[in-house]
Amino acid sequence: MESLDFTPFWLSFKLASITTIILFTISLPLAWYLSESKSKIKPILEAITALPIVLPPSVLGFYILVGLSQNSPIGGFLKDSFNIELIFNFSGLVVASSIYSMPFMVQPLQSGFESLNRNMLEASYIAGKSKIVTIFRVALPNIKPALLTATIITFAHTVGEFGVVLMVGGNIPEQTKVASVAIYEMVETMDYTSAHIYSAIMVVISFIVLLLVYIFNNKKRFY
Amino acid sequence: MIDIDIKKELYGSNGNMLLDVNLHINKNEFIAISGKSGSGKSTLLRVLAGLERADGKIVVDDEVWLDKSISLAPQKRRIGFVFQDYALFSNMTILDNLLFVKKDMELAKYLLDVTELSELKDRFPDSLSGGQKQRVSLCRALMNRPKLLLMDEPLSALDPTMRLKLQSEILTLHREFNITTIMVSHEPSEIYRLANRVVVLNFGKIINIGSPKDILLKTSGSQKFSFEGELLDIVRVDVIYIAIVAIGQQIVEIVISKEDKNRLKIGDTIRVSTKAFSPNIC
Repeated sequence: MESLDFTPFWLSFKLASITTIILFTISLPLAWYLSESKSKIKPILEAITALPIVLPPSVLGFYILVGLSQNSPIGGFLKDSFNIELIFNFSGLVVASSIYSMPFMVQPLQSGFESLNRNMLEASYIAGKSKIVTIFRVALPNIKPALLTATIITFAHTVGEFGVVLMVGGNIPEQTKVASVAIYEMVETMDYTSAHIYSAIMVVISFIVLLLVYIFNNKKRFY
Repeated sequence: MIDIDIKKELYGSNGNMLLDVNLHINKNEFIAISGKSGSGKSTLLRVLAGLERADGKIVVDDEVWLDKSISLAPQKRRIGFVFQDYALFSNMTILDNLLFVKKDMELAKYLLDVTELSELKDRFPDSLSGGQKQRVSLCRALMNRPKLLLMDEPLSALDPTMRLKLQSEILTLHREFNITTIMVSHEPSEIYRLANRVVVLNFGKIINIGSPKDILLKTSGSQKFSFEGELLDIVRVDVIYIAIVAIGQQIVEIVISKEDKNRLKIGDTIRVSTKAFSPNIC
C-alpha cells in the first residue's frame, strides 16, 4: 500500500467550506423573502429551490456542464468578458455545488424564519429598527438550531456529493478530485485497501458531525 | 391630538366586514376599545401602528401617518406597542430588551425600578412569569418615549391579582410620560379604572362611545344589580329548578320557574338582576 494521499479530503473540505459560505450569503435573503412573502411567485421559487433534491445528480450535472461550457451563452460570455472557465476546475465545482446544495441551506432557514413569533419581529420594527437590523439582532439569534442545521447539513451534503462533481469537474488530481471521486477511482482500479480507509474516514466524520448537530438541537436552551 | 378616519376590508372568522372607524382622540387621553372578538379591535391597533394597511387618513399632532399617498412605516411613527403575548426578544436579557429599543440606561433603570423588575434585569424572558413578562413588555414599549401607546389586551392572560397591580403601574406610567394610550380590553373593571373614554366596536363600526360610567353602568339610577353570566346547568331539586350560572369568577345558584327552565338552554348568556335593597359591603 502506498502512503495515503489526503489531498482529496482537503479538496472536499475546502469545496464544502466555500460552498457553505456562498450559499449562506445567497440563501439568507432568499429564505427571508420566502418566509415573508405571500406573492404568487413564491411557490415557483420554492419549487425551483427544491429541484436539486429530486433531480438525479447526473441531470443537474449535465445541465450545469452544458450551461457553463464555452459553447453556451453563459459560458461563452464568462470566457470572452472575464476569461473565466468554469468546467473541469475547482471554481466550476464551487458553482455546481452551490446549485446542488442550495435546498439544504434555504429550507431550514425558511422554516426557522417561519417559526418565529411575528409579533417579536413587529416589536422590533416598532422600536424603530430596520429589517436588516431585525434579521441580524432578533431573527437569526432566535433560530440558532435552524441556523446550525442549515450550515452543517449544507457542508456535509457538499462533502458527500459525487455525481455532479464528477460530471462538472472530472477527476483532475489536486483540482477536482475530491474524496468521493477518489474513492470511486480506487474501486475502479481495485485498490480496495485505500477505498476502505477513505470510506471509513468519511463515515466517521459524517457521523460525528451529525451527532453534534442532534446533541445541540436537542438541548432546548441554547443560550 | 389624533384624527383617525380609516376603512379596511376584513376577511375574518365572522365573514367579510368593513372596518370603518372615525375617531378623534385628544392628547393624554386613555381610550379603551371594547367589543366582541372579531369586531376589528386588534386590526384597528395594528393599522395605527402601521403594521397593516388601510385606506383613509391618520393624522397625529399635524403629522400625517396615513393618507392617499403616504403610509408612514412603523419604524417612523414613534409608538409603543404592548402585545397580548408579550413578544419579548427571547435572545436578550430583560435589560437588553429595553436597551435594544434605545441605549438609554437611565430610563431603562428607572422603568425597571417602577415595575419592580430591577433584580431580574439579567434574566432571560423565558424564565419570567406572565405578569413579569408583560411588565417588561410595557417598559420596552416606553423606552423610545412614545407619543402614542397601543396595548392589545395586555392583561387578559394574567391572574386577577397581577392584573390589579399592572393596572396601577400602567396608569402611573401613562400619567408620568404624558402619553396618549389606546388599549383593547374586555374587562369592565379594568376599563373603568383606567380609561377616560370607551369605544365599543361591533362588526367594524363604532356602536357606542362615551365615558366608562355612561357606557358600563347600564343600570345607572335604578338601584339594581345586573350581571351578565353564562348558564352552566339546570338541576331539579324536589319541585323547584335551580340554574347554575357563572358570573365573572363566581358560580351562583338561582331558583328559576318551570317556564324559565323550558325557555333557557345550557350555554345561553343570561342577565341576572336584583334590587340592591340592603346589600352587604365588605
